[in-house]
Amino acid sequence: MKPVIQIEDLKKLYRIGDQEIQALRGVSLTIEEGDFVAIMGPSGSGKSSMMNVIGCLDKPTFGEFYLDGYPVSEAHDDELAEIRNRKIGFVFQNFNLLPRTTAVENVELPLLYGGTPARERRERAIKALIDVGLEQRLNNKPNELSGGQQQRVSIARALVNDPVILLADEPTGALDTRTSEEIMGIFQQLNDAGKTVILVTHEPDIAEYAKRIVRFRDGQIVSNEVVTKRRRAFLEEVKR
Amino acid sequence: MSFIECVRISFRSIRANGLRSILTMLGIIIGVAAVIAMVAIGEGTSSSVASQINGLGSNLLIVSPGQATQGRVNLGAGSLNTLTLADAEAIVTKESVSGVAPSVNGRAQIVWGASNYSSSLEGTTAAFLQVRNAQVESGRFFSNFEVKQQFNVAVIGTEVASNLFANNSTNPIGQTVQINRIPFTIIGVLKSQGSSGMTNNDDRILIPITTAMSRLTGGKNVGTIYVSAASADQMEQAQADIQSTLRSNHNLRPQTADDFRITSQSDILSTAQEVSSSMTALLSGIAAISLIVGGIGVMNIMLVSVTERTREIGIRKAIGAKRGDILRQFLIEAVTLSLIGGIVGIVIGVGAALLISKFGGMTTAISVSPILYAFLTSSLVGVVFGVYPARKAAQLKPIDALRYE
Repeated sequence: MKPVIQIEDLKKLYRIGDQEIQALRGVSLTIEEGDFVAIMGPSGSGKSSMMNVIGCLDKPTFGEFYLDGYPVSEAHDDELAEIRNRKIGFVFQNFNLLPRTTAVENVELPLLYGGTPARERRERAIKALIDVGLEQRLNNKPNELSGGQQQRVSIARALVNDPVILLADEPTGALDTRTSEEIMGIFQQLNDAGKTVILVTHEPDIAEYAKRIVRFRDGQIVSNEVVTKRRRAFLEEVKR
Repeated sequence: MSFIECVRISFRSIRANGLRSILTMLGIIIGVAAVIAMVAIGEGTSSSVASQINGLGSNLLIVSPGQATQGRVNLGAGSLNTLTLADAEAIVTKESVSGVAPSVNGRAQIVWGASNYSSSLEGTTAAFLQVRNAQVESGRFFSNFEVKQQFNVAVIGTEVASNLFANNSTNPIGQTVQINRIPFTIIGVLKSQGSSGMTNNDDRILIPITTAMSRLTGGKNVGTIYVSAASADQMEQAQADIQSTLRSNHNLRPQTADDFRITSQSDILSTAQEVSSSMTALLSGIAAISLIVGGIGVMNIMLVSVTERTREIGIRKAIGAKRGDILRQFLIEAVTLSLIGGIVGIVIGVGAALLISKFGGMTTAISVSPILYAFLTSSLVGVVFGVYPARKAAQLKPIDALRYE
């Protein structure tokens, strides 16, 4: 298997006033293509910093980070923007959809910044929305959609550029149990189809949908084990 | 991201905050409309002043008495009585001069039957019509003979005629009136000329200058000598001829200063134009300030908008927007705002100028250059006042922007 994420001895320092905080103290992690990894840990454990670095939203202070073979640690801001655009699909806890903008237009956004021509953009956005079961809601705005539907729009947005990894930050944090299961079902489906999924969560139930759980504490990885009793979402329920 | 996409995004955001966008544009609208209306009024005024001054007479030179000084105090123009009828007669012999109309001025009470009216009285000669660019509407003007013989005849302006003869119910020609208690026969009415500057050309009584000097104003000096040069090309020659004639007539030694002053029509014109152009500059300066205030309004709203949309910026950056994309988005939004404001302002400014000339009794001249200028300025305002907020937006870090509540 080809590694999509290779992190070696990564450190992240923050400066708050004169105080220096070590959010990550030498983390090494490799994630291979097709894996489904849940990153867990209490707040302040460094899992958010980890997710920001993996998502190329933030640069590591020290250490190496290769995403799909590309050395991210050395990239500039605009290069990072391009990596985020082409290689990473984000799914956020609070959906982070643009308000007053229809589902299709929200999904088109990554293609817009990637420079895809208008017609192809529209076609691919519609296809991505159909894939997550929202063909009835193409022209609805976020405030006209339920939480689960909004999260599906953001999954469609994350997938529309066919990224190398799907990075989900507490994707079920704002959803009820049933909808959470639906969303996790979609992730599992995508993973079954070969997509690498990285999930940041603090809920053990949700983490059990993954294949592997990486636990953080005090800026370090304390455990990295395969999930023995993996949960499967009811696919019948997921199918529309 | 293409330019058209940026424009679409900015239009959407302007529409999404409709009222706020309109209020923001209002500053630009008022500024641009004010500039255009002010420039139109200014240019209209200066062109109407020019045409009024041209109406004074063709190739006109005005000779007025010099200034007296008492000790070191200059008593001002007209404080000397140095001009005489003999001066006028000497000037008229010059080839560069086509007509000379000396004049004395005063005010007079004119009485006809039970009605009376106070008007300005001017004693002049038959050359008045030619030199002062006037025409007789009915009756005739007095002749050189009547001037020489001190006839008691008068030519009146239309305003005097309508005031004295109850809106022309009586034909004024041939009527005998009392001017300062001396009987005069009215022989003509002047054609209406309107006003030039402060003077109402229709409100005057003209009588032979000899009559005026002997019976009404007294003295042997004339107030002003109006001279018309033979042609526009000979204005300077005429001016020199007048100067040498008067100097020799007045026996002035070479080192003595002139005891008279010659003003040409073009002097008056350029003075008047200077006045009106500095008025225009003043008015448009004030209007330009309001345009700057409008620009600050745009900047203010753009800053609010950047803060308010921090999260949106974060989302856009997280999914791949580069700095340049965000910069362009906000810059185009600011420019679009001020350009729409500019266009609306141009429409309102032109409309206001048209309304003013139609109902406000002022002449306005709408020309293309201030419109182009306003258009360019308003887009420049958008760029200048949009850059700072747009840069601020572009420099936001995606993690900070996403975390912003």
